[in-house]
Amino acid sequence: MTLKDIALLNLRRRKAKAAFLLAGLLIGVTTVVALMSLVETMKEDITNKLDKFGANILIVPKTENLSLTYGGLSLGGVSFEMEEILESQLAKISTIRNAANVAALGPVALGVVQVGDKKVLLSGVDFEATRVLKPWWKVQGEMPGSDQVILGSEAAENLGLTMGDRFTASGRDLTVTGVIAATGSQDDQIIFTPLATAQGMLGMEGRVSMAEVAALCKDCPIDDMVSQISDVVPGGKVMGIQSVVKGRMETLAHFQRLTLSVSAVVVLVGSLVVLVTMMGSVRERTREIGIFRAIGFRRSHVIRIVLLEAALVSAVAGLLGYFGGLGTTMAALPFFTESADISVSFSPAMAGTAILFSVLLGLLASTYPALLAAKLDPNDALRAL
Amino acid sequence: MSYITAENLVKHYGTGEGLVQAVRGISFEIEEGEFVAVMGESGSGKSTLLSMMGALNTPTGGIFRVDDIDIYSLSRDQRADFRREFLGFVFQSFNLIPYLTLAENVMLPLVTVKAKSSAKRAMAEEALHRVGLGDKVTRLPSQISGGEQERVAVARAIVNNPPILLADEPTGNLDSKTSGDIMGLLKKLNAEGMTIIMVTHSNESAQAARRVLRIADGVLTDEERLICEAVRVRSVKQAPAVDKSA
Repeated sequence: MTLKDIALLNLRRRKAKAAFLLAGLLIGVTTVVALMSLVETMKEDITNKLDKFGANILIVPKTENLSLTYGGLSLGGVSFEMEEILESQLAKISTIRNAANVAALGPVALGVVQVGDKKVLLSGVDFEATRVLKPWWKVQGEMPGSDQVILGSEAAENLGLTMGDRFTASGRDLTVTGVIAATGSQDDQIIFTPLATAQGMLGMEGRVSMAEVAALCKDCPIDDMVSQISDVVPGGKVMGIQSVVKGRMETLAHFQRLTLSVSAVVVLVGSLVVLVTMMGSVRERTREIGIFRAIGFRRSHVIRIVLLEAALVSAVAGLLGYFGGLGTTMAALPFFTESADISVSFSPAMAGTAILFSVLLGLLASTYPALLAAKLDPNDALRAL
Repeated sequence: MSYITAENLVKHYGTGEGLVQAVRGISFEIEEGEFVAVMGESGSGKSTLLSMMGALNTPTGGIFRVDDIDIYSLSRDQRADFRREFLGFVFQSFNLIPYLTLAENVMLPLVTVKAKSSAKRAMAEEALHRVGLGDKVTRLPSQISGGEQERVAVARAIVNNPPILLADEPTGNLDSKTSGDIMGLLKKLNAEGMTIIMVTHSNESAQAARRVLRIADGVLTDEERLICEAVRVRSVKQAPAVDKSA
């Protein structure tokens, strides 16, 4: 028989007390795990949404005029005195401090071309970068090569062109290799061609109209990156597209602070339950502790018995609390996010942390009762019978 | 030098007007292998004296030595070790742990000893066998009689073969037949070489001892020595004080 056996046998005998102790810790751990999981899952959800945004930094030429368009309606405000963005400047983006956060850089050459009797916007892009920048594109057909184009759905309809058709624009023969399924954006009205083809047609060799950057956003300092890109692209106005995400992140941060406060209160209450229960247990066992001390147990042995009991119950509470918290999160998640593809899964690391946290909490709250038990004078304890 | 020596032991409880002088300067010597009974009326100080001999109750004054070790000059943990190594306790109210089986109760003094569980269990079963309970090792204290519980208390006290056994009214709660059995058991242990010090108010139980120390009002009043079977020599030590709380 060992000290651990005594602790186990005592817990088995005092089932109601052990259950009360377990319940106190269980509620605490379940609440903390549920709130933490919920926040983590929502963070993940927002990060996923952020990634689906595609480009989150725009580089446009600097202009001294204000745009006169609103809601897609142009009121005739054309920007003059625009500075140009040079391709050579864009290349320097690979040298900025946070270059590792740049997932894709997509230069765009924009211009109007004449197709038959209609004027259409031509966009020269890097189709490799476009895969990252516009992940929502669904192209029926193939991506274009030199002197080839893909059409936005409305542009294809208006121009009466379909896959395999050939047409002439600005004196250049072009072949349609695909059509982009409707996106609900301005892309539906545009002809897309490789950057070099568009630059040749628009007389923009070495220059671009704008550029889109997809920065890996989880933990990436968007504001810093905007500033770093501004430094290497002096002709460009660099803007971070993050207002919506930032707003949601701020809301989440408020929620996280609330979560921490609620967790702290629940943990405090749980600790008090453990403290009071263990104090009661020590008082109940005055005689027993007196016997232990009389037959040669050191004070440290008594402390170990009390702490072992607390640790055993706390470990079970940690494990059950983790699964309880996980279940609570699963049940609560639909009320916090509309995303169907977001889910909570078992995390061994978080389960381990929950158990460790529970054991530490149990031990901390039981330290005073354990010291109290150890301080009991064996003679007084036996005389108190 | 004797195996156990008490020099002018004093124990006071409380202070000022509430001061109680439980033990007021008791001195004696006990040789190894002796069987000594300490007798006295309730409140005479005999249990306080036993607790001081058990390294459980620090005296207000005086010295208590066992095997030339000044017990109260030791630290608390050293005194705990001393109790484990040198002493076996038999309490009046048995003091068994209700949720442990008889074998587990007897194993308690071995819990902090480094040994295999199987060896500890064998020692506990052997001790229970010696007190005649070898067939009840898996029972709980509530499942046996009072006399059997006292036997378990004796088994627990002797499981680690301590040189000294301290017994506090071991027959106080037992009928005369069971008391006789327990005293027979203590005599047998004494015959095997164990030093036994027993506090009792029962003359019948005290007959088992070779020496009887009588205490009244916190002082040792007289001493009886068994010279041979049924022949005892009495020597008066000190008259009791009139008012012990004065």
